[in-house]
Amino acid sequence: MNRRPYLLIGNSAAGIGAIEGIREKDPVGEITVVCKEPHHTYSRPLISYLLAGKVDESRMPYRPVDYYEKNHVEALLGVEATRVDLGARAVDTSDGCSVPFEKLLIATGGRPIIPRDVEGAEAKGVFTFTTWDDVRRIQEFMEENDVTDALVVGGGLIGLKSVEALSALNVRAVVVELADRLMSVTFDQTASNLAQRALERAGVEVRCGTTVTRIERVHGRVAGALLRDGSKIECRMVILAIGVTPNIDLVQGTEIGADRGIVVDDYMQTSVDGVYAAGDVAQAVDLLGGEKRPIAILPNAYRQGRIAGINMAGGRRSFEGGLAMNAVDICGLPTISVGVTVPNGEDCEVLSNLDEKAPVYRKLVLKGGRIIGAIFVGEIDRAGIVTGLIRDKVEVTGFKDLLLTDGFGLISLPADYRKHVVSGAGIEV
Amino acid sequence: MKRVVAREELCIGCRLCEIHCLVQHSKSKKIIKAFRDERDSIVPGVHVEEKGYVSFALQCRHCNDARCIDACMTGAMRRDPETGAVLCDEDKCVGCWMCIMVCPVGAIQMGADKHVASKCDLCIGAETPACVANCPNEAIVCEETDE
Repeated sequence: MNRRPYLLIGNSAAGIGAIEGIREKDPVGEITVVCKEPHHTYSRPLISYLLAGKVDESRMPYRPVDYYEKNHVEALLGVEATRVDLGARAVDTSDGCSVPFEKLLIATGGRPIIPRDVEGAEAKGVFTFTTWDDVRRIQEFMEENDVTDALVVGGGLIGLKSVEALSALNVRAVVVELADRLMSVTFDQTASNLAQRALERAGVEVRCGTTVTRIERVHGRVAGALLRDGSKIECRMVILAIGVTPNIDLVQGTEIGADRGIVVDDYMQTSVDGVYAAGDVAQAVDLLGGEKRPIAILPNAYRQGRIAGINMAGGRRSFEGGLAMNAVDICGLPTISVGVTVPNGEDCEVLSNLDEKAPVYRKLVLKGGRIIGAIFVGEIDRAGIVTGLIRDKVEVTGFKDLLLTDGFGLISLPADYRKHVVSGAGIEV
Repeated sequence: MKRVVAREELCIGCRLCEIHCLVQHSKSKKIIKAFRDERDSIVPGVHVEEKGYVSFALQCRHCNDARCIDACMTGAMRRDPETGAVLCDEDKCVGCWMCIMVCPVGAIQMGADKHVASKCDLCIGAETPACVANCPNEAIVCEETDE
């Protein structure tokens, strides 16, 4: 078999980003994609919308149906990469082939975490929720068992979107979150309270500070759940959504260095020359903290993939660092949260305003004259400007009083930064 | 590609650009009808910012390195291969607001119905975007760049 110039393992945001990055530099070099899921590239976050019936299957593709053809990509879908052989520089696949490569990208994503200390987690009716096939399994189970109540374990992005979908299907749903608040990575208590109110209005019950310890079974099927605080939940189905962990199986026992995820440098290259990693599987530098850690969010995955692709094709582009952030609409309540939103030291300053009734909540966390975190709930329209200030580490002391005012915009920023963001030379803003 | 350039020293903050953007994207295409009947259902893609005597009109920069395309979870936000414009396919958008979160100019808004993102489309098909064509003071102009 010919040595493939570019071999990509993974067909989601990071893999697609890599295709597009490679094509920026190399319009013709043959690209091969291997992915264990059989589907054309699809939008993973749309699975909750699909479950809710808000989109149909025709809207699932992340790129048009002629995408592989147009980009000269050979897509081996439903084929799993089983081993990376660095000596032969080839990847073994589940269909018994060995695919030699010149440049390799590993974008195997994350795997849902199954809590080990939950009794009965193997029962029928317990699901994780990260793939299109999960939607099909859940739909099938709900139909067969006439599910009218469910428990969602985990109040992060996946948990909240799945509980929102269930409530849209008129399933009585309870969500439990071990932390003291929802979306605990980027929400503070106030934002969590507002999200909880929106969920409760949609009929969802929210319980923070507890988790499930036992899933009750009857004939091997979910028949209820016991929480750590001793209370019992009526439910015929459980969705486990406590997070994902980098899927690093493929590199274990190889020279490709891994910690929590596959460790990459600023160019998305692993410890092995010509082998790259991107997306939820990668452990790349964090923009704010400076240490390397996996950040499993889609914008990060696509961008890392694209940068990896550019570099695989001979370019030289560095990754500026990941930034934890989330945009999520919770039962009609739009929210955006970015970076460190709960002060992490005494030298932090917090600016905020809250209109509980509307509800509108804005909060900024400043450290050393720079914004390190932001929350917008209810009104989000110009939040991206603040994300830009965080990313560019702009000194904001001189105009911090304007940051949370209604008229806030580019005009509130220093003229030179304004000029920078509206894209440089010749633009006289 | 075509780029719209703002000249703040010439902008008088009349907001005619916003109105003509609205008319261009209205059903009626008639200024009085559009302004009277449709302004609650259309969010203009251009927005005048004003502070004291300074004002300027701002719309999507159609960035070369467009973070909104990176962040779009559905594939709705894409670059038009012919014009280079960054466009949002409203049939694909589900209103997750990732694009709003990452746009450093704040040029993307929630659409009037709050279900999909709304932004400047450079008036697809038109020779000159409506905001540029109707600015009385040449405070927004169109430039062709090599990129």
